Amino acid sequence: MSLYQLQKSLYVLNRETAAQERYRADVESFLADFDLTDEEADALRDGDIGLLYVLGVNGQILMHFAAFLGIEWFDYLDLMRKGIEKHGPVRDGVYTMTGGGQSFAEEEKQR
Amino acid sequence: MSLVYAGVLSHAPGITGRAHLCKNTEKRDEFYAALDRQRQEIEATGAEALMVIAAEHFANFFMNNMPAFCIGIGEAYEGPIEDPEWLKIPRTKVPGAPDLGRRLTREIMQTVDVAYAEEWKFDHGIMVPLHFLTPDYDLPVIPVNINCQGPPLTPLHRAWAFGEAIRRAADSVPEKIAVVGTGGLSHWPATPDSGKINEPWDREFLDRLVRQDREALLSYTDEETYREGGQGGFEIRTYIAAAAAAGGAGEIQFYTSELPIFAVGVCVGRFAVDRAA
Repeated sequence: MSLYQLQKSLYVLNRETAAQERYRADVESFLADFDLTDEEADALRDGDIGLLYVLGVNGQILMHFAAFLGIEWFDYLDLMRKGIEKHGPVRDGVYTMTGGGQSFAEEEKQR
Repeated sequence: MSLVYAGVLSHAPGITGRAHLCKNTEKRDEFYAALDRQRQEIEATGAEALMVIAAEHFANFFMNNMPAFCIGIGEAYEGPIEDPEWLKIPRTKVPGAPDLGRRLTREIMQTVDVAYAEEWKFDHGIMVPLHFLTPDYDLPVIPVNINCQGPPLTPLHRAWAFGEAIRRAADSVPEKIAVVGTGGLSHWPATPDSGKINEPWDREFLDRLVRQDREALLSYTDEETYREGGQGGFEIRTYIAAAAAAGGAGEIQFYTSELPIFAVGVCVGRFAVDRAA
């Protein structure tokens, strides 16, 4: 596990326009700056929100990354739930799921 | 006396970014009206700078070098770092208050070890409050951060001491300063539990806050806050610092748990800042 490095890469990506351009133009060169496991690198390369969530990426960092990828809000919430279904509970950090996967906003339930 | 206003407000990104998804538009607009009244109250004080005590979300500070407190002394700032279309706030430049920021920092440092920064990128935690409180971005801003995100977190009693130091510093300069604390009450943001709100916990916290009950405010443990108020509840530090800066009784002008699309029980409040001689 190199959760620190994974989160660091997203921290850099979220705040630096130049990093965002590199991620889009040459993702391998961007990933090479960080000491990531294969699983982490794959998740980052693929924009796999569900896996990144399960790996323990802080929700604030992940939310900004999802916005960068253009993922709509309710889809973002669903991707995290699907990540748990596929990979099991969140493995680290304080952004675990405590609500059993239910929706808490009427707007989400009714869509 | 140069602290002319002290208040609190919410900053969740959904407040602007998901306004269009909100079905309870009546309640939403009541909340926006309360925020606009807060803007008017701050303007009426003649405030020359707005200090925003925020709980940022890894826009500037990371676990490579995480300060317990940081004060911005830059000439100008940019935000939001997030996709502007996602937050529904255009990217803009915000004026800072470098000279005033330095003088305040120097005084605050007499009792609290703070970091300072001339560079600072604003995320929703500051941009959402500014969007409502200084929509033309013409009021100089002094950003302030308390670490509410990367454990080990700033202890609550230090947030209180920091608020007291802000007050002492504000009273040592001739400029009129408004201070707002901005954070969440209970919430589980950016998780599948987004929209979960513990209203009784929120109301109990706000009751302690308006009563300026220092002992009760500082008695929360992080374990208890995490269990009852979620990881977003760690942001109560910003409210505690604002209360300590104000010193006077508070008043919650707006609170509702009926807008879960915003992912937090939203709140607007103010404190008396007058001090008996």
